[in-house]
Amino acid sequence: MGEFWEFVLAPVLIFESWQFGMEVVISGLLAGVMYSLVALGFVLIYKASGMFNFAQGVLVLFAALNLAGFIGLGIPIPLAILLTIGVMILFAIVVEYLILRHLVNQEQIILFMATIGLAFFLSAFGETIWGSDVKKLDVGIPQGRFEPFGIQIQYLELTAGAVAAALVTVLAIFFNKTKIGRALRAVADDHQAALSVGINLRTIWIIVWAVSGIVALVAGTMWGAKSGVQFSLSEIALKALPVLILGGFESIPGAIIGGLIIGLGEKLAEVGWGPYVGGAIEDWFAYILAMVFLVFRPQGLFGEKIIERV
Amino acid sequence: MFYREAGQFYTSYAKDQGIFQLRQDKYGLWGILFIAFIVIPVGLYLLVQGGLMAASTKDYLYNSIFLLLLVNSMAALGLNILTGYCGQISLGTAGFMGVGAFAAYKFSTGMNYRNQHEDDAGELVSQLVPMLPPIDNPLILMILAGAVTSVVGVIFGLPSLRIKGFYLAVATLAAQFFLVWCFSRVEWLYDYVSSSTIQVPPMKLFGLVVTGSETVMRDGQQVTIYPAAETKYLICLATVVFFAFVAKNMVRGRIGRAWMAIRDMDIAAQLIGIRPLATKLLAFAVSSFFCGVAGAMLFIFYLGALEGAEAFNINESFAVLFMVIIGGLGSITGAFLGAAFITLIPIFLVIFFPWLGGQFGIPVSTALVEHIQFMIFGALIIIFLIMEPLGLARLWQIGKERLRQWPFPY
Repeated sequence: MGEFWEFVLAPVLIFESWQFGMEVVISGLLAGVMYSLVALGFVLIYKASGMFNFAQGVLVLFAALNLAGFIGLGIPIPLAILLTIGVMILFAIVVEYLILRHLVNQEQIILFMATIGLAFFLSAFGETIWGSDVKKLDVGIPQGRFEPFGIQIQYLELTAGAVAAALVTVLAIFFNKTKIGRALRAVADDHQAALSVGINLRTIWIIVWAVSGIVALVAGTMWGAKSGVQFSLSEIALKALPVLILGGFESIPGAIIGGLIIGLGEKLAEVGWGPYVGGAIEDWFAYILAMVFLVFRPQGLFGEKIIERV
Repeated sequence: MFYREAGQFYTSYAKDQGIFQLRQDKYGLWGILFIAFIVIPVGLYLLVQGGLMAASTKDYLYNSIFLLLLVNSMAALGLNILTGYCGQISLGTAGFMGVGAFAAYKFSTGMNYRNQHEDDAGELVSQLVPMLPPIDNPLILMILAGAVTSVVGVIFGLPSLRIKGFYLAVATLAAQFFLVWCFSRVEWLYDYVSSSTIQVPPMKLFGLVVTGSETVMRDGQQVTIYPAAETKYLICLATVVFFAFVAKNMVRGRIGRAWMAIRDMDIAAQLIGIRPLATKLLAFAVSSFFCGVAGAMLFIFYLGALEGAEAFNINESFAVLFMVIIGGLGSITGAFLGAAFITLIPIFLVIFFPWLGGQFGIPVSTALVEHIQFMIFGALIIIFLIMEPLGLARLWQIGKERLRQWPFPY
């Protein structure tokens, strides 16, 4: 086999040692689960308010900072989690009161820029209160790993997978079975129609932002337990963006499947091609993958088909 | 009373098509150019000569404020063409600026590549071999940098035919991250130095030292000449003014109208005979050209030495996007106003907070200043978007309307 083919097939060739290959696949999929969690919060807000919420990544950091901060103050973990949820709900109310209601009917790009402003504000605010050093976040997830069939799996990764599955189930029940969930879906379908049947848009926005905040808390806890709570968390969360364009902005299953594809793809690419080109291709591989994919399917995997009329 | 069109008639088609319909606008622009080109350099020179201002203050003003302002205006002009006029949101501006900077570096050092071979003793010898003669004229370098960047911009603009809106915005992030990765991993770009830092070589223009220093014999003594801040300022100013006129005339002509038609509704534009691919790619090319020139300017005049991954990170892209939005989408004046706003606010905050802390005897740490600066910056942007989503250009327009009626609003 020539050198060229060795390079092209590098991500496949790592399966020569199938245990190593499986480890790469599993760690890729679990990184993907984390991306999905961030993307999930984003999709919720986009569906309910048409807002391309760039601050979702920072929201993850902010939630994790709060949780780590509360635990650092000596508050017991369950109480600290409740407190953080309280902070996220309060945050949702403040955002609605100070920002969203003033930006109704603005163009999408204006909303988008406002969320970037919010991201700037929130990350600096969190660090002003809790300090900018790296914090350990220990919420009692067991450390260590076990090795079925010689494949090393971290307990943390397993827990993350289980928590994500549970979260998605709870959200699915919330959306499909409760009255609020039905109202949320109505708003996502058509703002005007939802208003006309008596759904209060502002309440819905608060609920959606609070739910995204709680999803961000889950994501932040997982990331934080893995690599400590620090500013780079919000940059890792930027990876949720290619996940979104892969899965489609409006689709929750899209966010999950997109996350898995991106996580797996970039891990395989990094392990396979990274050594040939100097490493760290994880930084951009997801974006290029998503971009190439978009050329063939511009609305993402599960996005609503864009129908254009003059 | 003073600002009105009464009594100004257009007696020929050429006059009717003029850039400045109002005589007052024309005089105003000449006035601004006069201030920028003559009053500021001469005034500051006189202030320093007269002992009213320290020479270091003058250099600080030029090197840290005016130059940055000009570089940012240039980048904002570029992004405004793409986002404001053609409606394609781009988050890759910093990446494109980086391409400009590195292109300027490679052309100024002669496109070195590394030739590795074994010498007679069997040891590995590596040497840098130039492929082209080095160019030491900053103007030519800026044009070349712009040309290279527009090629890169067109490549990353290709998906824009299929992808629209925010999907495209995220796709341009691919350009941002990929290019920045190249700046720290592709060794050829930074001549194989281990720190991946590029440094501007000595340059001269019209016999004046622009970068680096020059040692000459004068009266039997060796004298080292350092570049004057004024030289850099005037070169940058002339470049920016030139390109602003190019942009203004482009957007009010056939090309600009095609861009705006695509922005407002691309299918309708297609129906009236505008080719979307060619038009969008042209917007990407022109916009990237401007960004490339801005990057080259940043590198040659403002920073002098830089590390690609640090100087062109994603926050720079957002900063330029903020300039365009806050200045006003689709307005050349807005690009300048927005650049001034976004450039000056952080500088002001950095100076203001330690001063405020000093007044009350509270020591303000640098980290805290940085955090507060970000918080205020973020809050200001939100407030601004809520108060005037159409940007500073719109405020300027409202001001002009008021001025027409002033002081008799009936």
